[in-house]
Amino acid sequence: MLELDGVTAGYDPRHPVVRGAHLTLRPGEAVGLLGPSGCGKSTLAKVAALLHRPDRGSLTLDGTPVTGYRHRAPRALRTAVGVVFQQPRLAADPRLRLHDLVAEPLRATGRRAEVAAAVPELAERVGLGADLLARRPHEVSDGQLQRACLARALVLEPRWLVCDEMTAMLDASTTAALVGVVEDYRARTGAGLLAVGHDPVLLARWCDRVAHWSEITDA
Amino acid sequence: MNTVPAADTGTAPSCPAVPAGDVLRVERLSVRFRMRGRPPVAAVSDATFRLAAGECLVLVGESGCGKSVLASALLGLLPGNAETAGSAFLADGLDLLAADERTLARTVRGRRVGLVPQSPAAHLTPVRTVRSHLEETVRALGGAAVGTGGRRERAARVRAAAERAARRAAFPPGHLDRYPHELSGGLAGRAATALALVGDAPLLLADEPTTGLDRQLAEAVVDELRACTRDTGRALLMITHDLAAAERIADTVAVMYAGRIVETTAAGEFFGAGGPRHPYARGLLDALPERAFTPVPGVPPELGALPPGCAFAARCPKADALCAGQRPEFTEGTACHHA
Ligand code: SF4
Repeated sequence: MLELDGVTAGYDPRHPVVRGAHLTLRPGEAVGLLGPSGCGKSTLAKVAALLHRPDRGSLTLDGTPVTGYRHRAPRALRTAVGVVFQQPRLAADPRLRLHDLVAEPLRATGRRAEVAAAVPELAERVGLGADLLARRPHEVSDGQLQRACLARALVLEPRWLVCDEMTAMLDASTTAALVGVVEDYRARTGAGLLAVGHDPVLLARWCDRVAHWSEITDA
Repeated sequence: MNTVPAADTGTAPSCPAVPAGDVLRVERLSVRFRMRGRPPVAAVSDATFRLAAGECLVLVGESGCGKSVLASALLGLLPGNAETAGSAFLADGLDLLAADERTLARTVRGRRVGLVPQSPAAHLTPVRTVRSHLEETVRALGGAAVGTGGRRERAARVRAAAERAARRAAFPPGHLDRYPHELSGGLAGRAATALALVGDAPLLLADEPTTGLDRQLAEAVVDELRACTRDTGRALLMITHDLAAAERIADTVAVMYAGRIVETTAAGEFFGAGGPRHPYARGLLDALPERAFTPVPGVPPELGALPPGCAFAARCPKADALCAGQRPEFTEGTACHHA
């Protein structure tokens, strides 16, 4: 289970962008979170991905209450959640070749030995050719870079995946392709999904259920 | 392989004259990027289309297909390693591809072609109000909007011109003295449109104006763009990956794939029962979550390594030997051997 309980969060404690959010995902469940631009849903997604400490409330991952966020999060919890953001250019280190971008979580967790086998296999699944893996972010399109970011999110085989507007910058075909990659991964591993977005048609088609921002938060 | 634009087809004009009503006429526009240590990138090849007064043409395609490069070419904003071929005539006979930077900067950008930027919020300077942005643009464009006379008279005219542009973009006058961070996404979009309208250009170019906006806001932004162009006879060229936005406002849809326009169709037909004719365009529509939600299989080719035949052949269900060997010409609205 992924449980967000009474989460209040933001960047200025006097003006939190998320107030009292409650959302529970059952193991393996795909939940879409729908909200308008600027409502704070991305901040909640960051909390769920252990990247933003809430001011109040709690996150519990598969029974373990989360007490540390970002680099303070215990490795076992951090690696349990994969995350993909809206803008791949802001999420990817511009100096890294796509191959190293995808391999980075393996290296950071002392699993270097798996890089040689895991990266090409994942690249193939997300539709990145070997020649693209040798490029740096500025040498590929947004769609290609987002494919690499999705591969990076999957490389540690997380039990949970948080996709924050993953396809907002992408065309219809690339969107359908990346959603297909996520769904194949979930079918194979039983991972759960929190897909945050603003397109009701997409989320309804993609997820088991869709929660509206207004239903899960105060105010 | 023929990468040099071929001779004009019978319909191409032999002189700069543009038929009455055409605000922009693009003929066989090509853009190549020279690359160090790699083959050149054919970012745009032989793009041909025209845009009439009051018409909205929406250019759709995936990221990296060349649509933004095409927009940059029309504004003379390509990087130094770019080479262009073909022509892009405005109604008054100016060829945007042949014009020098001085002409483009002084008489084209903002005056004859207004640009609605990709992310309006990022485009506005945070420390200045919307009014100050608009007035600065009025002053920079100069001319009749500023006029002559004393400082007070000129300032009053600048102020009036800025307010006119705001009104045309449906930007509320009461918000003119706000700073960008005090605006909602929708109002930031309108502010950007107002800036593009200051010069009263007959052609507006909007590059991904709905990126990152939720559906409701995206609809509001494109509706307003449409309203402030159609009713005044301005032409609108919108570049987007957002098919829902395209369906909402386009008169004509052009689909770009691997640097080429592969289909140009009236919007009603494109989104209606008939649907597009080119297999890629059909696949793109089928990928929508309200339709089959199945992606076009495979990935597009590298623009630096295009195959000799149809660039879509490796992904196309109808591909045959002809497709693999011969690049389909763009005729009667589509570039496909079997459409
Ligand atoms: S020319 Fe051939 S490969 Fe290309 S789109 Fe048409 S049928 Fe498909």
